[in-house]
Amino acid sequence: MDAILLQILNGLDKGGAYALIALGLTIIFGTLGVVNFAHGALFMLGAFCAVSVKAVLSLERVVEDPNQLTAWGTPMEIRTPFVEVWFGDFGATILDYSVPVSILIAIPVMLLIGIAMERGLVRFFYKRAHADQILVTFGLAIVLQEIVKAQFGANPIPQPAPEAASGMIDFGIMVGIDAGNVVYPAWRLIYFVFSAVVIGAVFAFLQFTTFGMVVRAGMADRETVGLLGIDIDRRFTIVFGIAAIVAGLAGAMYTPILSPDYHMGMDFLVLSFVVVVVGGMGSLTGAVSAGFLLGILQSFASMNEVKDILPGIDQIIIYLIAVVILLVRPRGLMGRKGVMEH
Amino acid sequence: MKMFSMDKKDILLFLCFSVAVLTGPIILEPFGAGYPDLLQKFAIFGIFALGFNILFGLTGYLSFGHAAFLGMGSYTAVWTFKLLSMNPIPAIVFATVMGGLFAALIGFISLRRSGIYFSILTLAFAQMSYNLAYSVLTPITNGETGLQLNQADPRVLDVMFGRDYGAVLPSSDFFGLDMTGYPGFYFCGIVLIICFFIAMRIFRSPFGMMLRAIKSNQNRMNYTGFNTRPYTLAAFVISGMYAGLAGGLMAVTDPLAGAERMQWTASGEVVLMTILGGAGTLLGPVIGAGAIKYFENIFSAFNEGILMGIYDFLPETLQHIMVSVSGLFVGEGWHLTLGALFMLIVIFLPGGLMEGFNRIKTLVTNRTGGGSDGAATPAAAE
Repeated sequence: MDAILLQILNGLDKGGAYALIALGLTIIFGTLGVVNFAHGALFMLGAFCAVSVKAVLSLERVVEDPNQLTAWGTPMEIRTPFVEVWFGDFGATILDYSVPVSILIAIPVMLLIGIAMERGLVRFFYKRAHADQILVTFGLAIVLQEIVKAQFGANPIPQPAPEAASGMIDFGIMVGIDAGNVVYPAWRLIYFVFSAVVIGAVFAFLQFTTFGMVVRAGMADRETVGLLGIDIDRRFTIVFGIAAIVAGLAGAMYTPILSPDYHMGMDFLVLSFVVVVVGGMGSLTGAVSAGFLLGILQSFASMNEVKDILPGIDQIIIYLIAVVILLVRPRGLMGRKGVMEH
Repeated sequence: MKMFSMDKKDILLFLCFSVAVLTGPIILEPFGAGYPDLLQKFAIFGIFALGFNILFGLTGYLSFGHAAFLGMGSYTAVWTFKLLSMNPIPAIVFATVMGGLFAALIGFISLRRSGIYFSILTLAFAQMSYNLAYSVLTPITNGETGLQLNQADPRVLDVMFGRDYGAVLPSSDFFGLDMTGYPGFYFCGIVLIICFFIAMRIFRSPFGMMLRAIKSNQNRMNYTGFNTRPYTLAAFVISGMYAGLAGGLMAVTDPLAGAERMQWTASGEVVLMTILGGAGTLLGPVIGAGAIKYFENIFSAFNEGILMGIYDFLPETLQHIMVSVSGLFVGEGWHLTLGALFMLIVIFLPGGLMEGFNRIKTLVTNRTGGGSDGAATPAAAE
């Protein structure tokens, strides 16, 4: 029981990341009809927003203190980050919380990147074949990740979680299990909650706002919405921006769990596409539930007990499930009829 | 035989192609590409792209998992070297067969779906093979180190025929001809010519016509009572065999097989080669493969010093700016060029280089008032 609970928890944070990326992919696909292979790159860019914010916040003022000498007899250099110089303890706190703070930067940045991508490239591909869309966004993904590589280097850059959230939480006590059995890193739980909140926000936005209503109508029948005199294209541009934000936030918050490097986006993209297909192309709930489902199943597959019976299963479980689901339910778990079928 | 039913244009194209391949070392000398290692790559990736094009170019099914067959071919070839003989013939035969069998298995499942589902399924299978090759299948694939030859390998056939390699690590040889350097290239080149011939026959056959019909409208094919599945599966298996063969040849020229050959970036590369050259054209993929391998070679070799030399004529500040900007695209940054090229081709030249040639040709013929689609370049017949 404890072990099972622990594995479910293990799957939740990864599942959260899959769900967020898959959600964005599905939204873009549902509204614009575009298969976006650059979505993983957006996830990666979000992560590097966090890296940049951390780097900017850590800019240091260097003062030579003549009273203190180093072992070599030169004056000791006192390095203090500018934020600490300016804001004192509050500045130190900001630096400590650089990952959550980076969200504030990531939202506008990702929105701009998303809109620029849609206006600058993707909109020319609405009428082209899906193969062309896949290829051009694939090319874009390579370009983006190579730019990041040129800027930040090829090695992963570790990002610490805030001090307060870097410890472990005894999750077992909360649900009435003996202390010490289900202990879990706090940040991963925070990530799960965060992803749930973002997913909820996106759903609420689509469900309860007029804007969301128009978007949903556009997803169902783009032409009719256009005939009603609504500029659906402009709304869809914003939708693309929102999907970019979702992917970017997923990336920024994931940095303490996985040190970001330039190809993290590609790794997640492949899995997220599998998630979207398993969930059913064009179904938002399908994407989210498949994301968590596959995340949890993956963590179960990496249990030693399971690996003893089926060696290597943890490596292939997601793909295996995708294959089985596509063969049994060709439209995915919650796929709608007529989406992406020719 | 069927050879005689080829029309004149095709025979001319085939002859030109063969001559071009066989004189490759001479033709490409002025471009700095006239050395065997690179030429071998041209030929091998040419075969890979040629086969991929039979699937993607003709049927329109975009597979993102062809690297799995390439890797399969490499592993099979190295195992053949280890167990049977260092002769490349059994190695590439087995590699082709295994590539085909593996493709039959994957194709049988993946082809139940089309469009993006098909792409994802093939991708899933390829990633699965890659992950397995790295983890559980280590006894067969030797995991991260890669599968290598060993002095103590059994090599049953070689022993039977009394071939002894002495105390050195053997390299593959074709009845005593060492498969490195130019002999290696000519071996690959001749295989490429044979593959090209087969591809050409497929393109001109009723079977090829059927595949093209599937691309243009599969529904209509089904409505006329046609079961398209066997045709797509056949195309998939054939392209898998080409990929297996290419993987086998890789092992022939360099007896080593690693799992990274199966990674999906490798699958992406062959897609790019095909698109760059022109999907659905006969010659395009080979040209695309050559172009990418050539520029990869040139661009990755560039460094700051060479760039400084190129921009020498500029004023110093401008020179530094230009060097740092172009420095992004060369050397380590070659992939950036690749990605940008990918986008530019898809955006502006969806038909690839072949379409570009055709456009230029039309432009020229129109200007000279020719107008007719003369057989000036048989390559553009497609």
